[in-house]
Amino acid sequence: MTGRSRAVLIILLLFLAGSAAAPFLPFPDPLTIDLDHLKQPPSSAHPFGTDSKGRDVLSRVLHGGVISISVALVAAAVSALIGFSVGLVSGYFGGKTDTVLMALVDFLLSFPSLLLAVAISVVLPPGIYSVMIALSVVGWTSFARLVRGHVLTLKESSFVEAARAVGCGHMRVLVRHIAPLCLPLALVMAGIKLGGFVLAEATLSFLGLGAQPPAPTWGAMISASRAYIITAPWTVIFPGAALTLTALCFNILGEELRGRFELKGLREG
Amino acid sequence: MGRYIIKRVLLLIPVLAGITFVAFLLLKAIPGDPVLNLVGERSSPEIIEQLRKEIGSDRGLLQQYAGYLGLLARGDFGRSYHTNRDVLSDIAAKLPNTLRLALAAMMIAVPLGVMAGCAAAYHKSGALAAAVEAFSVAGVSVPIFWSGLLIMLLVSLELRLLPPSGTGGLRFIILPAAVLSIPAMATLARVTRTAVSEVLVMPHVNTARAKGLTATRITLLHVMKNAIVPVVTIIGLDFGSYLNGAVVTETIFGWDGLGRFTMEGITMRDYPVILGCVIAGTVLFVLVNLLTDLLYHYLDPRVRLYDRKK
Repeated sequence: MTGRSRAVLIILLLFLAGSAAAPFLPFPDPLTIDLDHLKQPPSSAHPFGTDSKGRDVLSRVLHGGVISISVALVAAAVSALIGFSVGLVSGYFGGKTDTVLMALVDFLLSFPSLLLAVAISVVLPPGIYSVMIALSVVGWTSFARLVRGHVLTLKESSFVEAARAVGCGHMRVLVRHIAPLCLPLALVMAGIKLGGFVLAEATLSFLGLGAQPPAPTWGAMISASRAYIITAPWTVIFPGAALTLTALCFNILGEELRGRFELKGLREG
Repeated sequence: MGRYIIKRVLLLIPVLAGITFVAFLLLKAIPGDPVLNLVGERSSPEIIEQLRKEIGSDRGLLQQYAGYLGLLARGDFGRSYHTNRDVLSDIAAKLPNTLRLALAAMMIAVPLGVMAGCAAAYHKSGALAAAVEAFSVAGVSVPIFWSGLLIMLLVSLELRLLPPSGTGGLRFIILPAAVLSIPAMATLARVTRTAVSEVLVMPHVNTARAKGLTATRITLLHVMKNAIVPVVTIIGLDFGSYLNGAVVTETIFGWDGLGRFTMEGITMRDYPVILGCVIAGTVLFVLVNLLTDLLYHYLDPRVRLYDRKK
């Protein structure tokens, strides 16, 4: 691990720890409306200022971090799991199963990703679970392609032949012999994509499709403060800075992973 | 070639069927019974039953879907709940603005991104390469709805150089196009750098140098020609990100296009508008991807379109 990635990792962990610990630290409640202190600029009482309803921005940024990052983590994990399973089955069994599953992947990839996520999230009741579902439906395809490709090469290896020869069934070969070799690949890919998931969650929240107000999420905070950009720019700057910093940290670590595992050929974006 | 195009155009059918089916389910999932809305809750069951037959809501789900497809085929995307205007004609009016914005963003992103990527590939170690590398990570990490607001705050509200919002000529398009171009430029710079560095070490580039060709000539004819396929792929794929980004950018800068229309639809829960925009965006995206694939064939005749599948 390079010095840079180590520094990035430390920043990220500090930030995550701060977010996770926020409910237990002496911060003002992120939801308490204080009409006497609307749009206060940053001060010692409110280091990030207060928003248009007098709520403490620092507290909201930290509490929002928990929601934003956990939604992204869950979406990445679910995407990886679906893509991993589909890729295994598709690559190992081949034939019609493969054709149908890969047609589904091609089908999903032929939508602009955000519009597809928007279409899914408007069908579902608004909230963080809808965002998780929408991001997972959009996100699993690249995992499936990657794992499938790996399985295609693995299943020709002699250890698979040997396992078959000693009488292992297909399920056993797939689960005990091939899956463990593909798992790291899916995990690396999930690491590379985390930054993208964080941004996608924020974009859906910005569009009003994520966690509903008054719950603090970075995207929703920016969206709600947009109208006050002239009179209270800090209400836009700080949530956005937290979001950018998080996405940047995840993306730098992702770069490191990409370089280390030589996944250059992965589809961009 | 012709067969390939036909096959690809036919592939549009399942994609459109899929998106319209999602759209249809969405319309069905909206709470409230349209019949009850029409006659009021106190009507007699006979009248309700009769009306159900008339508007066809007593039919099976698939039959209703077929009816919906029929409407779409006739260009009837419904009317906005909010403005009661025809959705399709609104889309037709706003689409050119979005295309104009996407094109402007491309005109910024493509030359700058490709040049930055080339420069970084030529000078591997140095401040320039480091800057390009930093930009290629930072550019995809900054959410455009945030960078857009900050740039607007700085350029329009503090320095008062350009108008903060509105649809119009060059003065209005610069800011949204610049913001929209950032992530695309970052991706393009990275892909170009990788592609060009891979070509630079090939023997034919050495030969060209040995022959005494000028650097410009080598870059354009010997390097870029070989590095262009991945670059074009990204330019094509990025069109999708322009569509995605347009929703946010147009909203922030008040640009009267498809993206802002989508956002208005979402905010107002104006389902016909959301559906119309999603369908229009998808068709556009699929068509651009098709064009990109066809372009490969001309850029690199070795690419065979017909049996690319393993």
